[in-house]
Amino acid sequence: MSILRVEDVVSGYGSMEVLHGVSLGVEEGQIVSLLGPNGSGKTTLLRTVFGILSPWKGKIYFKGEDISGIAAERIARIGMGYVPQEENIFPSLTVQENLEMGAFIREDDWQPRLEEVYELFPDLTDRRKSRAGELSGGMRQMLAIGRALMLNPELLLLDEPSTGLAPRLVDAIFERIVKLKEQGVTVFLVEQNAQALQIPDKAYILEGGEKKAEGGAQELLEDAEIGRLYLGR
Amino acid sequence: MAELVVYGIVLGSIIALGSVGLTLIWGITDLFNCAHGDQITVGAYIALPFVSLFSWIGFLQAKVGPFSFNWGLALAFIPAILLSIGLAVLIDRWVYKPLRQSGAHFITSFIASIGVAWGLRGLIYIIWGADFRFYTKGLRPMLFLPLEIKLRLDEIFIVVVAWAAVATVYLFLSKAKMGKALRALADNRGLARVAGINTERMIVWAWGIAAALIAIAGILYGIETQLRPEMGWIFLLPLFAAIILGGKGSITGALAGGLVLGIAQQVSTAWLLPTYKPAVAFIIMILVLLFRPKGIFGRRQM
Amino acid sequence: MGMEIGGILNFLVSFAIMASIYAIFSMGLNVHWGYTGLLNFGIAGFFAVGAYTSALVTSPMPTGVLTNYVKQAFGLNLPFLVGVVAAAMVSGLIAALIGLLTLRLSEGYLAISTIGIAESIRIFFNNESWLANGPQGLIGLPQPLHDLFPPGYYNYVYLVIVLAFLAVIYVALERGIRSPWGRVLRAVREDEVMASADGKNVFLFRLQALILGAMIMGIGGALYAHFSAAIQPSVFEPLFGTFIIWAMLTLGGTGNNKGAILGSFIVWALWSWSTFVILKIVPRGFETRAPFIRYVLIGLLLVIILLRRPKGIIGEERQVSRF
Ligand SMILES: Nc1ncnc2c1ncn2[C@@H]1O[C@H](COP(=O)(O)OP(=O)(O)O)[C@@H](O)[C@H]1O
Ligand SMILES: [Mg+2]
Repeated sequence: MSILRVEDVVSGYGSMEVLHGVSLGVEEGQIVSLLGPNGSGKTTLLRTVFGILSPWKGKIYFKGEDISGIAAERIARIGMGYVPQEENIFPSLTVQENLEMGAFIREDDWQPRLEEVYELFPDLTDRRKSRAGELSGGMRQMLAIGRALMLNPELLLLDEPSTGLAPRLVDAIFERIVKLKEQGVTVFLVEQNAQALQIPDKAYILEGGEKKAEGGAQELLEDAEIGRLYLGR
Repeated sequence: MAELVVYGIVLGSIIALGSVGLTLIWGITDLFNCAHGDQITVGAYIALPFVSLFSWIGFLQAKVGPFSFNWGLALAFIPAILLSIGLAVLIDRWVYKPLRQSGAHFITSFIASIGVAWGLRGLIYIIWGADFRFYTKGLRPMLFLPLEIKLRLDEIFIVVVAWAAVATVYLFLSKAKMGKALRALADNRGLARVAGINTERMIVWAWGIAAALIAIAGILYGIETQLRPEMGWIFLLPLFAAIILGGKGSITGALAGGLVLGIAQQVSTAWLLPTYKPAVAFIIMILVLLFRPKGIFGRRQM
Repeated sequence: MGMEIGGILNFLVSFAIMASIYAIFSMGLNVHWGYTGLLNFGIAGFFAVGAYTSALVTSPMPTGVLTNYVKQAFGLNLPFLVGVVAAAMVSGLIAALIGLLTLRLSEGYLAISTIGIAESIRIFFNNESWLANGPQGLIGLPQPLHDLFPPGYYNYVYLVIVLAFLAVIYVALERGIRSPWGRVLRAVREDEVMASADGKNVFLFRLQALILGAMIMGIGGALYAHFSAAIQPSVFEPLFGTFIIWAMLTLGGTGNNKGAILGSFIVWALWSWSTFVILKIVPRGFETRAPFIRYVLIGLLLVIILLRRPKGIIGEERQVSRF
C-alpha cells in the first residue's frame, strides 16, 4: 500500500507556479528517491506534502487519508517527519535540547527514544551539551534527522541530506538511512545527484516542476538517456 | 563617577527588564514593539488603584523594612502583573495575530504597534490625568556608601527585584520545557512548526513573560522616580538600543545591552544635560547598527 | 447670526490651512514610504528643522529689552520665500547626512533610527537655548503679506499661499513619479536587487528620494511656522510631528498623492472636530483630560486601517508604463 500518494499536485509561491501537476507514490517500508537538478521543484514538493505550502490543485494522501492543505503543525502529529534542506536545526540550542524540541509535542516518555537516536548517531552522544550551531556539517545533518526521529515518524521526508558533505560523510548518512528502513521507517529521499540511486527501492525524476521518469533505482541508473539528460552524466 | 555608575546600574536593571521581553517578542514574531514603553507605563499605573485599595487593610500600611513604601505596594505587584499579561495577550489577539495570519509584512505590525502605543497613552491620560503621581509620599531613606556614593535604599530593592525577576525568566528559558521551546522558536520558527510546536500558543507564552517583566519594570521605575504618562516612551530608544546591542532574540545580549545602556546614559550626565539621555541611547544604537549590525553580545546566543 | 457664520468660516479656513500643511507632509512621506519604501518615522525632525530654519532666516535679531528674553543664534530678517527655500535646503542637507549614515540599514532599523534622529533634534532645540530660545521657542514670527490685509482676513490670504504650495508640490510629484526617475524609484521599492545590477545606484536613488521627501517636509515646517507665528520644541513631539502623518497617509492610500491629501483632510477633521464633540459630551471636571481621547482615536484609527483596509481609501494608483 502506498503510505504517501501525491496526485496531480500543482503548487508554487505567490503567483509563481513551480509544480505543474506532479503525481507519485511512496510504498510503505521502502526508500523512495526523488531526483532532479537544482530548481526543479523538489523542495517545493516536500513543502507542499508537509503542509508548509498548500497545493493549488490536486490531492495528497497519507496512510489513505486526504491531508491536502493541512497545516504542518498537525501533519507532524500524525506520523510524518520532515528534515528541511536548510536551517534544519536550532543553532543556539544544545544538541540535547534540539532533540528535546523534536519531542516537544510528545506526552509519553520519550527518554527511550532519545537513547535510540543517540545509538543511531553515536557521534552526537559526545556532543550532547554543545550548541548545535557549532557542529560540523555532517553532525548537523545527523542532528536534524535525529530531531525528526524523536516523534517516531512512519514516513520521513529528507531534503538533500548529503548536500555539501564529503563523500565519506555522505556514505555514513546513507548507511543510517538504510538502517532506518530496516527499523521500519519509510523514507522519501530527495537528492540532486545519482549517488542517491544506490540505496532506494524506487526513484522519480523531476525537472521543471514535472515528473520526467520513474522506475526501479537500478533501471534508472542503467538508462543512459536518463543519466545524460537529468543526472548529469 | 562611581556614583553615576551605580545609578546607571539601577537604571540599567529596569531597562534590562524591558529589553528581555522586547527581544523575545522580536525574535519570535519579528515585531519591533513600539508600544513596549507605553506598556511599561500601563504597568506602573495599573498598580496605583491596588496600592490605594490595599492601604485600606490595616496591616498592609506598614512600611516594608527600611524602604519608603508599604506592603500594599509590594502586594500590588501581583494584580499589576496579571493585568499587564492580560492586556498584552488581548492586544496580540486583536491586533498582531490577525496581521500575522494575513501574512502582513512586519513593518505593518510595527506601525500598528505605534497605534497601540498612542491608544494606551491616551487611556492613561484619560483615566489618571497628566499630573505626576507617587506611590508613597513617605520619606526616602538614604544610604551613604564609600566613594561618596549616595544611594536610596529603595534603589537596592529595585536592583534586587529586577535581577531576581530576570534570573527567574533566565532559569525558565534555560530549564523549562516551555522556555526551551520559546528559544527554539526565536531561533528557527519554521523548524519549530515542522516539529509540531503550536507557534500561536508559544507566542501567548512569550507575551506573558514579556508583560510580567513589563509590569515589574513599570512599578520599579515608579518607585525610583514618579508616575507620568510619558514615563515609558522615554524608554523606547534605550530599549531598542539594548536589544540591537544584544542581537536579535538573545536574552543574555538584551540583559547586557540594558545594563550598558543604563550606565552609559547615567555616566553621560557628567558632561551632558540629563535631557540628552535618549540621544545618548540613540547614538550608541546607531554606532552598533553601523559597525556591528548583528549586535555585540549576540554571537553566543542564549 | 452673522458673527456665528463668520466664526465658522474662520474655523474652516484655519482648518483648511492646517490640513493643507499636513497634506504637504503626507506627500513628503509618500515620496519616502509610498514611492521608495523608506520607513521614515522621524518626520517631526524635518518638520522642526524646516520650521526653525525659516523662523531664524526671516525674523530679525531681537533688540532692546527683548534681548533679555529671547536668545537666538541669528536672525536674518529676510523675506518669507527665502525662508521657505532655506528650510527646504537645510532639511534636505540634514536628510543627506542622515541618509549617508543610515540608508544602508535594513528597513526596520531605519525606522527606529529615524525615531531617534527626530527625538534628538527636538531635544537639541530644547536644550540649546542659544540656538532658538530653548523650550520657550520663538514667537512673533513674520507672516508674508501681513500688512497688506486687515488682520481678520489674513488667514484667507495665507490659505491661498498654502494651497499654491500644495498645488505646485502635487503637480511636480505627479510628473516626477511618471518620469523615468519615478519608475526607477518604484522598481527600487519592489525589489532592490532587480532595480539595478550595482547597489551603488540603488543607494543613490534612495538617497535622492530621502532628500526630496525631506525638502518637502522642510517646506511644510516653514509654512507651519509662519502660520502659527510661534514655534517651540514641544510642537515637534512624535504624535503631531510624525505619527498623525502616518495615520493620514495610511488612511488615504500609501503610494498615492491624492490619497495623501484626502487622508490629511479626513484625519485633521477628525482631530480638530473631535475636540468640540468630546468637550460637549464629557462630564464636568473631565475637560482637561478629554482632549486625550484623541490619542486613543488616532491610535485606534491607525490599527483599524491596517487591519481592515491596509491599502487605504484610495490605494496606490496604477502607473501606466510607457514602455
Ligand atoms: N520561498 C520561495 N519563494 C519564491 N520562489 C521560490 C521559493 N523557494 C523556491 N522558489 C523557486 O521555486 C523553484 C523551485 O525551487 P525548489 O523547489 O527549491 O527547487 P529544488 O529544491 O529542486 O532545488 C525555483 O525556481 C525557485 O527559485
Ligand atoms: Mg531544494
